[in-house]
Amino acid sequence: MTRALALHLGVIAALFAAQYLLPSYHQTNIARIMVLAVFAMGYNIAFGYTGLLSLGHALFFAAGLYATGLGIELAGLSAAPALLLGLIAGGAIAAATGVLALRTSGVSFMIVTLMFAQTGYLTILYFGTYTRGDEGIVINRAARAIGSLDLSADTPRYFAALTLFAIALLINLMLTRSRLGRSMIAMRENEQRSRMLGYNPFRVKLIALVISGLYAGAAGAAYGVLFGYVGASFATIQYSILPLLYVLLGGAGTTLGPFLGALIMFYLIDISSGYTTAHLFVVGAALLVLVLFAPKGILGTLRERAVKWLP
Amino acid sequence: MDFGPFLLLALMEGTVMAAVLALTAVGLSLVFGVMRVVNVAHGEFFMLGAVIAWFVTHYMPGPPAVGFAAALVICPLLVGGVAALSDTLILKRLNYDPEATIVATIGLSYIFQQAALTFYGPDARPVEAPFDLRIQLPWFGYSGYKIAVVVAAIVILLAVWLLMTRTRAGLIMRATQLDRTTARAFGINVDRVYAAVFALGAGLAAVAAVLIVPIQQAHYLMGHDPLLLSFIVVIIGGLGSLRGTLLAALVIGLSDGVISVFFSPTLAKILATLLVAMVLVFRPQGLFGVKQ
Repeated sequence: MTRALALHLGVIAALFAAQYLLPSYHQTNIARIMVLAVFAMGYNIAFGYTGLLSLGHALFFAAGLYATGLGIELAGLSAAPALLLGLIAGGAIAAATGVLALRTSGVSFMIVTLMFAQTGYLTILYFGTYTRGDEGIVINRAARAIGSLDLSADTPRYFAALTLFAIALLINLMLTRSRLGRSMIAMRENEQRSRMLGYNPFRVKLIALVISGLYAGAAGAAYGVLFGYVGASFATIQYSILPLLYVLLGGAGTTLGPFLGALIMFYLIDISSGYTTAHLFVVGAALLVLVLFAPKGILGTLRERAVKWLP
Repeated sequence: MDFGPFLLLALMEGTVMAAVLALTAVGLSLVFGVMRVVNVAHGEFFMLGAVIAWFVTHYMPGPPAVGFAAALVICPLLVGGVAALSDTLILKRLNYDPEATIVATIGLSYIFQQAALTFYGPDARPVEAPFDLRIQLPWFGYSGYKIAVVVAAIVILLAVWLLMTRTRAGLIMRATQLDRTTARAFGINVDRVYAAVFALGAGLAAVAAVLIVPIQQAHYLMGHDPLLLSFIVVIIGGLGSLRGTLLAALVIGLSDGVISVFFSPTLAKILATLLVAMVLVFRPQGLFGVKQ
């Protein structure tokens, strides 16, 4: 077993143990953070590894969230197939967005993804009869269960979030070790040269974006079932910025960075809200400080200075 | 009301919308053209202009016209100052790297929103129009102030055009836009030009906001729509092309006015945003731009 695998299994084990050590309030927080971290991991696969700075990932998260939520509320699905539907929706929307948006790059790519996400958000508002717009849908408690496991109760919810997180993290680790993962990094570092070596940049980037969308869709689907609320606010630009913020803070292109970033940012806002109501300021200042002084994030800097083997 | 007058009303509303949009979008286009910076905080400069206008008119003694005139001068100066400061303290240090500047301007926009929320509050508040004049047309009465807004916007846009094409400052800006390295070699202080252009762009957004605030109330989240619409206009018009921006502002403003009157405004926005995405994907030089 390599050091890297041991580290990741250690993090998962620590989170497993945390369930027995933490009071209920923090349990719910960590469950939420783990789901958001899956979203951020997906963002990291596009941004951190492949170099695709998207401003539209809220669209993929919302696709998963709404596919699951509407699947349960309107089509009467049970939780398990609805979650699967959410996963697929995230990947499918990412594929459709990618086919168009990947014809552009750099700043245009950012704006195109932003516009697609905005279109998605407005579409949710437009079909307010089904989605109930800004007000959103509360998923009924009875539907939030797999078999006899009630996912709206604290402990099963925590373990469901942990299972999703663990699977996502280990796949992420495997991906970074695979040929595909390395060709993704090649796109980030030098697209021209990798094209010359015979790689098809469009294909690699599209695959990366679809994997990223599957992660975001899974996170959105899980968020809906575990926390029981589906609303248009999850499709706004804020939810595209959030994973970017987590990834920048934890370290772009590191497997554990998204989780670390989500954990720190969540508690930064949680603790600061005890002193001030200025959440927006905390987020804005964090973005500025990161981009000015630590563009590689915490784990990125750590990898550069000390722990070279960090994946 | 019959269809004809109804359409006329929609067109007039669209013209007012287009005039304000043109001012805001020209600011964004100028910043993108000269500095190659996508300024996500542009909508927040618009919002700051409106909020400061409320403070100025609220605390200025005398008739509303005096306060409004003061706001027209003070708001762009203050907002421009904030913009110049943001440029020198933050954007310059990032070397205007496109992705880093976008992240930084997103950060700035959150900070400005919070500042407005903290010092101004969550309410939407109106600003009194400087004069109250109603022009009676055969079919309906129309606000004289709205017509004054269109005239003012045209005058300001003409001034910007004269500045860019007929003055030394404009020449320096255009030189920097074409080739900043050569401009620097000719002794142009590019850092100062960038700060000035960023301030000018923000100032234009602030002026547009002061003009609109007697029609639309000032609110700390009001920067959202102008930002999105300015992006749409600037992209359709061709990134960095002032003439294209103006033309696109007219088209978008008028069609938005007409579509919103006859159809759902949300549908109008969906179609406009999709159109922009498609233009960027299939015709990145813009509908009116030429391939470089």
